[in-house]
Amino acid sequence: MLLEIEKLHVSVEGKELIKGVDLKIDYGEIVAVMGHNASGKTTLALTLAGFPQYKVTSGSMKFDGQDITYKTIDERAAMGLALAFQSPPAIRGIRLGHVISLAGGVNPWSPKPSDDLDLPQRMLAKVNLDPQSYANRELNVGFSGGERKRSELAQIFAMRPKLMILDEPDSGVDIDSLKIVGNSLREYFRSNRCSMIIITHHRHILQYLEPTRVHILSGGRVALTGSYGDLMPKIESIGYERLIREAGKSE
Amino acid sequence: MSEGWREKFRTQALQAVTKRAMYGNDIDLSDFIYSGNVKPSMDDDTKKRTLEVGVDINDVKSGTYFQMDHSVLLSQLASKIKGLELLPTDVALQRYEWLRDYYWKALSVSQDKYTAIAELKQTKGYYIRSAPNEKIDRPVQACLFIGSEGMLQAPHNIIIAEEGSEMNVITGCTVDTKTKKAAHVGVSEFYVKKNATLVFTMIHSWSDEAYVRPRTSVIVEEGGTFISNYVLIKPVKDIQSYPTAYLAGRGATAKFNTIMYASKDSIIDLGNKILCMAEGTTGESVFKVVATGNSKVYNRGQIVGQNRFTKGHLECRGMILCPTASITAIPELIAEHSDTELSHEAAIGKLQEEQLHYLMARGISPDQAIGILVKGFLDPGLPGLPEKLQAEIRGRLSMLDRSSTGSKKEPC
Repeated sequence: MLLEIEKLHVSVEGKELIKGVDLKIDYGEIVAVMGHNASGKTTLALTLAGFPQYKVTSGSMKFDGQDITYKTIDERAAMGLALAFQSPPAIRGIRLGHVISLAGGVNPWSPKPSDDLDLPQRMLAKVNLDPQSYANRELNVGFSGGERKRSELAQIFAMRPKLMILDEPDSGVDIDSLKIVGNSLREYFRSNRCSMIIITHHRHILQYLEPTRVHILSGGRVALTGSYGDLMPKIESIGYERLIREAGKSE
Repeated sequence: MSEGWREKFRTQALQAVTKRAMYGNDIDLSDFIYSGNVKPSMDDDTKKRTLEVGVDINDVKSGTYFQMDHSVLLSQLASKIKGLELLPTDVALQRYEWLRDYYWKALSVSQDKYTAIAELKQTKGYYIRSAPNEKIDRPVQACLFIGSEGMLQAPHNIIIAEEGSEMNVITGCTVDTKTKKAAHVGVSEFYVKKNATLVFTMIHSWSDEAYVRPRTSVIVEEGGTFISNYVLIKPVKDIQSYPTAYLAGRGATAKFNTIMYASKDSIIDLGNKILCMAEGTTGESVFKVVATGNSKVYNRGQIVGQNRFTKGHLECRGMILCPTASITAIPELIAEHSDTELSHEAAIGKLQEEQLHYLMARGISPDQAIGILVKGFLDPGLPGLPEKLQAEIRGRLSMLDRSSTGSKKEPC
């Protein structure tokens, strides 16, 4: 198993937001995490990435055979865990191309002769952002919703991760950008077979990636797990709440 | 110094030798020596140090002035560049009687003890003039270098951008790596004539024991533009400066950009004042400052609207990285006319954790991420500055990326 989460409890400022989550993801597996707003999806993503304000109060998280509970954000990233943010910050004075280089392990200010200097351009091309102009743009400054999501992908592609956590890569994105995001993720998966957790509200992005499983979070717990083919039509016809209620009754 | 016409300045200076400055700590000037004790020379170390403040001695195509202690080692090529004159000030004053009209005109010799000592112990300085309607392509370079231990350097600089001319001057002030204690009291008087543009970039690189008291004033005539870019990155003992721009002619403009990285025990009291005297004049002042270590920073900005259709904007953005550092922003807007529009914004805070965590999520270590964010925060993007110079300033800032230089930890 690449990722093994057991009985995970997480609090932020004393308030418990994750209340006993179990989740396993194998190498090369894609899973979807769905659920209504404030169900704990982003909390789970940021906890896995190591954000210090998300305190693990009990349970365990193992990644690639190692306990990562006490590892810092950058240590987890170096182990191969990459997060694409739902709302990435805009940072003035920092060029997107430089961050892509750094994500790929290249110091853009003092590169070694052996370094991959075209990395930013290649990664930007993968997400249909003009390589020359976007490499020099300030990080996410003045980017549209779709451009931000694509900038996130270009950065995490450069990391060559073992696991991608994609926090709503399809929110606030127009139909053209959605196609680019979906296709570039599918392309990346085909050539790299990295595992993915896709957090989303919508079916559209999942059509590109066909997850093996869908987990529905509710109130900080995994309320329901099923196959994509089985759960997706039900979610679309009756919504999360009723689906979870009815599943509870039938058990 | 015995010329009769200067006697009146000498007399006024003598009366002001103990006069405290309006701002900053009082410095005992008797602690310093006024004649050099090293043989001025331009070795590789000196050239390297000079390059660090943006002045390339080996650039044979630009007008370049280099002064070590009291000796002018280089005043080159200006005569070959059309429309540009570059001379040591004392030589220029001997050559041109008319230049006396510009001497202590923008500044008062009796302003304080530092202007007084600059007159009494003057150590050359540069005179730079662009002829009417000439556009000088390459930046004119000037470097004031202190080589002797305990030296007080007091140059008197005069820049005249004649009517319709354009000029870009980059000056670097620094000390020898072996020199610890030093003082610099540079007097600078700039004159931007009708429709002329002067972009003046100054890069300071001092030592932990350097006391610095520059005194600068600029008079901008009708339609003229003055842009000042100031960069301070290395530690200094104590610096105080408050350049003043007099926008005397209709439609004149002044803009000050100040970029500072304050570290160790530096005491930095830097500001500027813009007087919008004539109709339709515009002033802007932007400070960006990062404070670490035990540094104490004071940013003073003042804009005075004295005529109709005048505009002024002050901005101070501060980032404070250590609990022992401090930044004080003191913006002043003074409206002396009903038809003036003045504004200011100031924001001081710590490094944004959200941004730090974001970069760390890309596998970047916290140390390197802080360096990158600080560099990005200070990133010049200075208007009116050629890309080459911009790149040079970025290069200076890249020294702040601690992990790329392999140096130590956060200096708190």
